[in-house]
Amino acid sequence: MKRRDFLKSASALAASTAVSAPAVFSPAKAQSRQETLLIVSESGPNNLDIHGVGTNVPGYEVSWNCYDRLISHEMKTGSNGQPYYDKNKFKPELAEDMNIGDMSVTFKLKKKATFQDGTPVTAKDVKWSLDRAVSVGGFPTFQMGAGSLTKPEQFVAVDDNTFRVDFARKDRLTVPDLAVIVPCVVNSELVKKHATEKDPWGMEFTKQNTAGSGAYKVASWVAGTEVVLERNDAWMGGPLPKTKKIIWRMVPSAGNRRALLERGDADISYDLPNKDFVELKQDGKLTIVSTPYSNGIQYIGMNVKNPPFDNIKVRQAVAYAIPYQKIMDAVLFGLAKPLFGAVPDAPTEVAWPQPHKYNTDIAKAKALMAEAGYPNGFDTTLSFDLGFAGVNEPLCVLTQESLAQIGIRTTINKVPGANWRTELNKKTLPLYTNVFSGWLDYPEYFFIWCYHGKNSIFNTMSYQSKTTDDFIDGAVNAAATGDNATYDMDVKGFVDTAYADMPRVPLYQPYVNVAMQKNVSGYAYWFHRRLDYRTLAKG
Amino acid sequence: MLTLISRRMMLVIPNLIGVVIITFLLTRALPGDPAAYFAGPAADKQAIEQIRVKLGLDKPLIVQFGRYVADLGHLNLGNSLTTGQPVLTEIKNRLPASAELTLFGLILSMSIAVPLGILAAVKQGSWIDHTCRVVATAGVSLPVFFTGLLLVYVFYFLLGWSPAPLGRLDVFFSPPPQITGFYLVDSLLNRDLSTFRAALSQLLLPGLTLCIFSLAPITRMTRASMLAVLASDFVRTASASGLDSRTVILTYAFRNAMLPVVTTLGMVFSFLLGANVLVEKVFAWPGIGSYAVEALIASDFAPVQGFVLAMAILYVLLNLIIDVLYGIIDPRVRLET
Repeated sequence: MKRRDFLKSASALAASTAVSAPAVFSPAKAQSRQETLLIVSESGPNNLDIHGVGTNVPGYEVSWNCYDRLISHEMKTGSNGQPYYDKNKFKPELAEDMNIGDMSVTFKLKKKATFQDGTPVTAKDVKWSLDRAVSVGGFPTFQMGAGSLTKPEQFVAVDDNTFRVDFARKDRLTVPDLAVIVPCVVNSELVKKHATEKDPWGMEFTKQNTAGSGAYKVASWVAGTEVVLERNDAWMGGPLPKTKKIIWRMVPSAGNRRALLERGDADISYDLPNKDFVELKQDGKLTIVSTPYSNGIQYIGMNVKNPPFDNIKVRQAVAYAIPYQKIMDAVLFGLAKPLFGAVPDAPTEVAWPQPHKYNTDIAKAKALMAEAGYPNGFDTTLSFDLGFAGVNEPLCVLTQESLAQIGIRTTINKVPGANWRTELNKKTLPLYTNVFSGWLDYPEYFFIWCYHGKNSIFNTMSYQSKTTDDFIDGAVNAAATGDNATYDMDVKGFVDTAYADMPRVPLYQPYVNVAMQKNVSGYAYWFHRRLDYRTLAKG
Repeated sequence: MLTLISRRMMLVIPNLIGVVIITFLLTRALPGDPAAYFAGPAADKQAIEQIRVKLGLDKPLIVQFGRYVADLGHLNLGNSLTTGQPVLTEIKNRLPASAELTLFGLILSMSIAVPLGILAAVKQGSWIDHTCRVVATAGVSLPVFFTGLLLVYVFYFLLGWSPAPLGRLDVFFSPPPQITGFYLVDSLLNRDLSTFRAALSQLLLPGLTLCIFSLAPITRMTRASMLAVLASDFVRTASASGLDSRTVILTYAFRNAMLPVVTTLGMVFSFLLGANVLVEKVFAWPGIGSYAVEALIASDFAPVQGFVLAMAILYVLLNLIIDVLYGIIDPRVRLET
């Protein structure tokens, strides 16, 4: 081969590479694109049924949109001016009417409501579904239990259209717990056809297929690649959604998700790094909505069972040594709600989360360390979950630097995502950062799990305090009986104790950030923080 | 030839047994508790135990192994927990995606690297030789995710020539009916030119990324083995006999230089197939590499075992093909066996 021939063929190849790329969309496809919403996110569902074994969070999104519950929440305007679910106001979804009695609640079902295969929704289906939720074990059963819904005997199908839930005890969380994702209504006759002796609840079938009465149905699902959902035109749960088809593609690279949004090819994405959201916001080409996690906190936890963090002075020293503002600026780029530095004489509110009064004050921290008997400091490890390394790693490095100034020398311990919960559940990590958030947005709900002496797995600090327990129990009882004065006092009591004892140092409320094209409307914040397709519209 | 193949097949069996045992033990030795992972953030100890029993992870290791082997006998590789699908179906669906991408990249790479290597050897020390060295070094020193992102940035984001990096097909195309699993081939078999074009345009950038990365070993190997052959007696004789240089180089020299090149190709192919995880991540390609890595991160045993097993079988087949190719290229290899 002559040199010239080779060069000719090489440049021909290069030219053909460039030319053969076609235009992205043909006009014929523009129409269907107008009625379709393209969502891109990092990961997709592993199961279409929230009752399934180990269903992941993207799976919750499918369940939310493909199944109905008896009741749901009304919308209100959130603090950022965007639609936000109203935790105190319920609206009927499958039920047309809800009647709360002293020890039970009765629902009348919508007579016209049908499942996606056309069979009517009856009270029998509702009972079967709720029985399923409390019986299958794992997360769904746990979540039902959080609202004192534990036994199938509590669910009664009075007649075809009337359904009753008997309360196990007075608990103000029971009714809200019927509006979360788990108590969804499943087409029992359809699923029973696919049930086997080994699989009495038909979980293998619902894992791959949606069998609900919801606004959308899954038309195709290629795990790890794509979920395609189509509108159910016969939906009775609310006004007919505007979007006919949802295509949800998994795009693992955050850079590409951003490129897809900026080029206008994707309509919505929500898991981008904070830095990208800030830059997109400044660009102004896209709509960016940021909402603080309801009842969710990123915190630094300390194991109070073992020295040196069993010493309250050491914990307070840590709370004075954390570089709060640096974390807000350099790690989160301002996309979080600070939970520190409340003015010294600010009264404690009946609300959660609320800021504590600590600020970065190295001198004070050093003094506390000396008082605690550690003038020369000590060595320890600071652990974080690698699954969220984007935020956790810089956060821990900044904290490490700052703690070193008061003599606490830390080694950073990166725990792989798969191992994080195992490590946390052992309750032996001395110092770590983590996030907790609850679906049910009530202060006492957070405190039962995170601070109560009965030591649930979320009490990662192994914190034990009789005073706190009394306040929490008091608040739970007061809420059940509607005794507002006692409730307010108890909530203030446990917040004050938690901030005095400081077993964990709240840092901030993380934001849910959603980026979408300007022509997309109807995004609403829900307690589950996933997308509700039913209100989304384009154009 | 048949005896060669059957003899090689015999050797495969102990290999595979070893692979099965080692992958099983290795996955169990991974840190992390799948039960805790899949029980979800809100699970208590009891919930985690329930999951553990459901997954059969409460049984002793030897019982788990027995069950695994019995399942293998029925061609059941278990279920993936991260995607929720049977591992066998997933591998069947994803292997063609990876194979198509890898083959495409490799062919692209070969069509550049082999001529470049020959030219560099023939004109040793010339500017072509130096270009070849620079290209190869640059290609292998740029990490694939970087080249990938750079290509996306330039050709998709800035220029808009390339379609969105959304996997094997644009969202508004449906895949061609599956025959080989290779979209290019399947769409042609169905005479569906628009799907073919769509699939090809999606394939170009990731293919190019892989191509750039694999240029180095192929060019360097071609050059080195060509140099050795060009210095040998029979080439000198051929040139002295007055044959034109084209015949000497392509017919006599290159054919003899092909053995090491084919070996390298085989290695590069198998290496790319398993290691193009990053390219798959960047281009949202539903391939087998990203599948295995995601499973590994989640301590999801079944897919990891299935992946290693599939790769082992693939390697064995690949080696077999290369051995057969040896025989075709060089009759002496055939005689020895």
